[in-house]
Amino acid sequence: MTNTATETRSVVVEREMPYPPEKIWRALTQPHLIEEWLMKNDFKPVVGHRFNLRGDWGGVLDCEVLVVEPNRTLSYSWNFTHDDAAYNLKSEVTFTLTPTSTGTRLCMEQSGFRPDQQQAYGGAKAGWHQFFAKLEQVLTRLG
Amino acid sequence: MPTTNDALFNSLADPTRRAIFERLARDGEQTVAALTARAGVSQPAVSKHLGVLKRAGLVRDRHEGRQTHYSAQLGALAPLIDWTSQMTGFWHSRFDQLEDLLKRMDQ
Repeated sequence: MTNTATETRSVVVEREMPYPPEKIWRALTQPHLIEEWLMKNDFKPVVGHRFNLRGDWGGVLDCEVLVVEPNRTLSYSWNFTHDDAAYNLKSEVTFTLTPTSTGTRLCMEQSGFRPDQQQAYGGAKAGWHQFFAKLEQVLTRLG
Repeated sequence: MPTTNDALFNSLADPTRRAIFERLARDGEQTVAALTARAGVSQPAVSKHLGVLKRAGLVRDRHEGRQTHYSAQLGALAPLIDWTSQMTGFWHSRFDQLEDLLKRMDQ
């Protein structure tokens, strides 16, 4: 790990879905539908709107709508603040909808960084107790 | 990647193994005998746990005379700390849920 602490990394998940973009757009932008597949929220498809996503595990994400191009592009910030710096995350999530002959290709890209990740990774001295206290939660979430 | 991560997660899911690993991470290299003295389980049990940790890449052993010294390999924890691998799994499962929802919206 020679990455600098502020290096930006990203996650891309893409999937073809046999539905028109308009329908997927509804699932991405209507709060009661977002809740069914993602998390509880107070989302509004308005640039600049600040909202929270609330996870089942009790975590709360601070978000702000960045881009709204109906049926094409939706982007919002996805920030997580935690007492333990190793779990802090500043990122942006962008959904891109591309029509295909059989439906839509939905692409989600999350880019961002964890400011103190390097410290958490290499730090054998500090934070171990907190780290292990949180480890089980992480494992539960991944499991 | 999934296979490696499975070994990592499984090996840390056991509280005794986690305690052994945490002690090595905190106090540095130790012999099996020293670990056994504080583990609250028998030496063969400690050796077995160390074997699992070693296969997951979490500890390394070093032979010196008749003693084997173990040390923690903190780099092996990277998949747990790397947010990108956590989030990739997260989004795949959320996309599954999204597809379920879209299916129901048809009806």
